[in-house]
Amino acid sequence: MLAVEGRGSVADAGWHETLIEVFKGAGISLVTYVPDNVLRPLIDGVHADPYFNVVPTTREEEAVGIASGSIMAGVNAAVLMQTSGLATLANVLASLPSVYQIPVVMVVSERGVLGEFNRGQALVAKTMRPILDSAGVDHCTIRRGDELRFMAERTILQALYTRTPAALILSPLLTGGKTIKK
Amino acid sequence: MQQETSTSAGLMNRFEVTKRIVGMLKAEEAVIGGIGNTNFDLWATGQRPQNFYMLGSMGLAFPIALGVALAQPERNVVALEGDGSLLMQVGCLATIAMVAPTNLKMIVFDNGMYQITGGQKAATGFGADLIAMARGAGLAECAWAADENDLEEKFARALATPGPFLIGVPTDGKKAVATTDRDPPRLRESFMRGIGAK
Ligand SMILES: Cc1ncc(C[n+]2csc(CCOP(=O)(O)OP(=O)(O)O)c2C)c(N)n1
Repeated sequence: MLAVEGRGSVADAGWHETLIEVFKGAGISLVTYVPDNVLRPLIDGVHADPYFNVVPTTREEEAVGIASGSIMAGVNAAVLMQTSGLATLANVLASLPSVYQIPVVMVVSERGVLGEFNRGQALVAKTMRPILDSAGVDHCTIRRGDELRFMAERTILQALYTRTPAALILSPLLTGGKTIKK
Repeated sequence: MQQETSTSAGLMNRFEVTKRIVGMLKAEEAVIGGIGNTNFDLWATGQRPQNFYMLGSMGLAFPIALGVALAQPERNVVALEGDGSLLMQVGCLATIAMVAPTNLKMIVFDNGMYQITGGQKAATGFGADLIAMARGAGLAECAWAADENDLEEKFARALATPGPFLIGVPTDGKKAVATTDRDPPRLRESFMRGIGAK
């Protein structure tokens, strides 16, 4: 047993409310997702807000497809997932939003770091940034509550201006992450 | 609708069927063509500005079409997909049944194989029934077309009736009659202009 156990102190308890405001500012009104425990307040938040059309999907690939169609038809869209979801996406990111220049916005809750208890998740996490870099997806990692709004707003704005898909990676430093419950 | 398996019905040609379907579109409906032969034959029917041609992302024709349908609920959106591709993303049928978009009309061409990669037999060639799977996913309006006339009838009803529809087309083994342009930004630009999103 480890002597020290993570308790996941939350850096910014309102991170999900900020993201919802940023989505609205960017006209992102379609949200698709495969669930993640850390993203729960954001998922609950978009479900509860009539501004959003929310579609849970069976795979992250499907979610990116739906978001791509929506954006091409004039409605901006975001896809919510965890690290392991992103790791399933290399082919689809490279062959759809990247080459077709469709600014799909992804919000990825970062698992596999800072107190991860599952070795598989830790290994999957190592694939995430290389996949994003090689598939031509811009990304930033958000760690601090005081930087959240600026980074999220500007990264999404840049994605829309440059017609490039982008990922906001939410560090456990921001969200509190997930640790083994005692 | 009556259920019929793909093996008991006559085989149709993908290009001929696509031509008939496109010929029935009178209201600037969007059409999303799946990877390979499906969008090659769509291309060969004439490049309507409302057509979108998918050059990769195997299996995503229906999800992309769902996104278009949700963003433009006043426009009918037609999605064309191959059986191997639908098998790869078959979960999307459950999503579509759950969301139940009024304006999404889907066609699956079932040739029982992965034709473009060399004709390897797919599970559909051994009896997997995509229409039965769709019904199991919760799609009420799904059926195999018996022949071209039946297909036209079913497609006309789908266009005129709110709700998601899936029509299965037992398809012959003929190759696609053309290939698409391979310039994704141009294909996307043209589609966006075609559906008034640009
Ligand atoms: C993820 C992925 N796996 C494999 C391929 C290779 N591939 C391209 S088209 C295709 C077959 C598509 O089969 P189907 O949808 O039935 O169409 P058909 O070729 O029979 O017309 C395959 C396996 C690919 N492009 N992407």
